Amino acid sequence: MSTAGTVAAGTVRLSLRRQRIDVAGYIFSAILLLSLLFSLALLAVLVVDQLARGVPVFAERGTSVLTSPLSSSPARAGVIQGLIGSALLALIVALTAFPIGILTAVYIEEYAPAGRLTRFIDINIRNLAGVPSVVYGLLGLAVFVALLSNVGEANGANVITGGLTLAVLILPLVIITSAEAIRAVPSTLREAGYGIGASRWQVVRKLVLPSATPGILTGTVLALSRALGETAPLILVGAVLGSFSAGRSLADLFTGPYSALPVIVYDWARKPQEEFRALTSAAIIVLLAVTVIANGFAILLRNRYDRRW
Amino acid sequence: MTAATPTIRRLQGAPRRRRNEALVQAVLLGASALSVVISAGIVLSLIFEAISFVASIQLPQLLADGWFPRRGMFSLPTVIAGTLIVTLIAMAVAAPVGLASAVFLSEYASPRVRKTVKPVLEILAGIPSVVLGFFALTWISPHVVQAIFADAKGFSLLAAGLGVGILTIPLVASISEDAMRAVPQALREASYGLGARRITTSLRVVVPAAISGIVAALILAVSRAIGETMVVAVAAGASGGSLFTLNPVGPGQTLTGAMASLATGSDNVTGNSSAFLSLYFLGFLLFLMTLGLNLIGDIFVRRTRQRY
Repeated sequence: MSTAGTVAAGTVRLSLRRQRIDVAGYIFSAILLLSLLFSLALLAVLVVDQLARGVPVFAERGTSVLTSPLSSSPARAGVIQGLIGSALLALIVALTAFPIGILTAVYIEEYAPAGRLTRFIDINIRNLAGVPSVVYGLLGLAVFVALLSNVGEANGANVITGGLTLAVLILPLVIITSAEAIRAVPSTLREAGYGIGASRWQVVRKLVLPSATPGILTGTVLALSRALGETAPLILVGAVLGSFSAGRSLADLFTGPYSALPVIVYDWARKPQEEFRALTSAAIIVLLAVTVIANGFAILLRNRYDRRW
Repeated sequence: MTAATPTIRRLQGAPRRRRNEALVQAVLLGASALSVVISAGIVLSLIFEAISFVASIQLPQLLADGWFPRRGMFSLPTVIAGTLIVTLIAMAVAAPVGLASAVFLSEYASPRVRKTVKPVLEILAGIPSVVLGFFALTWISPHVVQAIFADAKGFSLLAAGLGVGILTIPLVASISEDAMRAVPQALREASYGLGARRITTSLRVVVPAAISGIVAALILAVSRAIGETMVVAVAAGASGGSLFTLNPVGPGQTLTGAMASLATGSDNVTGNSSAFLSLYFLGFLLFLMTLGLNLIGDIFVRRTRQRY
């Protein structure tokens, strides 16, 4: 009561004084705008700072930064092994986390009976999404690396165990975003399907999933981009810090030692030599290009297909 | 004429179709069960090694003068103090900036502004944490921390905390904006109808109505800040270990930073020594802390959803 009274009184006083400009309101909205601009400015500073350090490296060495292998000499080191590693990790994540995640989302949204088990699965998934990524690294170390410890020369510290660890890490994210996309499909569509005699799976496959595809795609691409930027779990499951010589055969690619773009960034960022500072920024530019393109693609996709039912 | 009398069997459909449906349902349930298996895997893989760590050391080692795992000094107060300092600094950045951004996006911004600004925040959220760690070390540390505090070191908890804070701004902004947007328009209209200004409506009507979601955003941000690893590993220094310190402008060790340096570099340890096992012990502590915070945050999130 008293709140409403003072508000009205204040406004009346304002208009009696013919002071229509609401000073406090303007200051408040300026503060709000400034804090939003603060984030945008930080993003700009970060990008410009990395470009200022990294672009000279590209100017000097051209694409050899991209095509050279890791090396302890900053003049010769490049990120090709990280590019290959990240690509393979992304492939493994896409092949495992995407199908399992989407199937789980379908179960939760379309099949699961409302009950204790369903609620437990639901809460469990949301908590998994909040587990720090470094803990997933420990899981990968204790399970995947231990299981594959006799495979290859890297004793289980290979892209397969790294990729499976990242897949487990983003699985909750894939499930949550896919479930949201499926939930947004109106039930009238399903009812129409059942009305013409379709079975539950037919309704899901022919009606629900195609309608939810843009949303699911957005979520999975965002999750993939998150996986591409993860460093901590890969360090724990044995991605190589420092240089290594890549094997020749295709099998070595999957079972030999590996690195990834963010792991290279971490390794180089720790080096004391000043030359590695610039090289780190060059690697960051490559990493940002990969993740920002993936992110931007997902956001574009969502804005384009954002459909109100 | 086979008159289609609707018997129960007929309505149930062909046996083959029913078999297929049952199969599909089994596959889907199996996929969902996997997430429960993963949770169990996390808990089991952590708990046994954590217990064998505690069994392998003397308890006073947990209260040593510092965190030097290779020398058998596993000071918990050191890493927990470091984690708390980083988290506090991060929240001092992320809470005001994130909440103000959320109020602006939800109450002040036109739909067009929102549509252009939100993707930028999402890109900020998508920046890999190791990149922010490098930024904290090479830009925030010299241009902010050392510019303000003359005695600050190149590696510092403050620089790491600021980096973690930047990383959590988008999280705070997006969850609390969702909460504010979920406040029914009728409440705002009632407030305007009483003659309230926009600032009054925002602060006295929308924010109190969305308080559960805002609290949830802050709790989840704390949990994220505690678990953030790479920013601390790059920018906080002390990879070889650290004495107990409360000095934010010097290097220090956190739970996650200690884990990263145990897995790499100077603390690199293999085999079954207690230094290696301490990795699991720290992971278990981290898991328990974030799990607790996430469960509490989840309760608050659900409370907002129920009310409207």
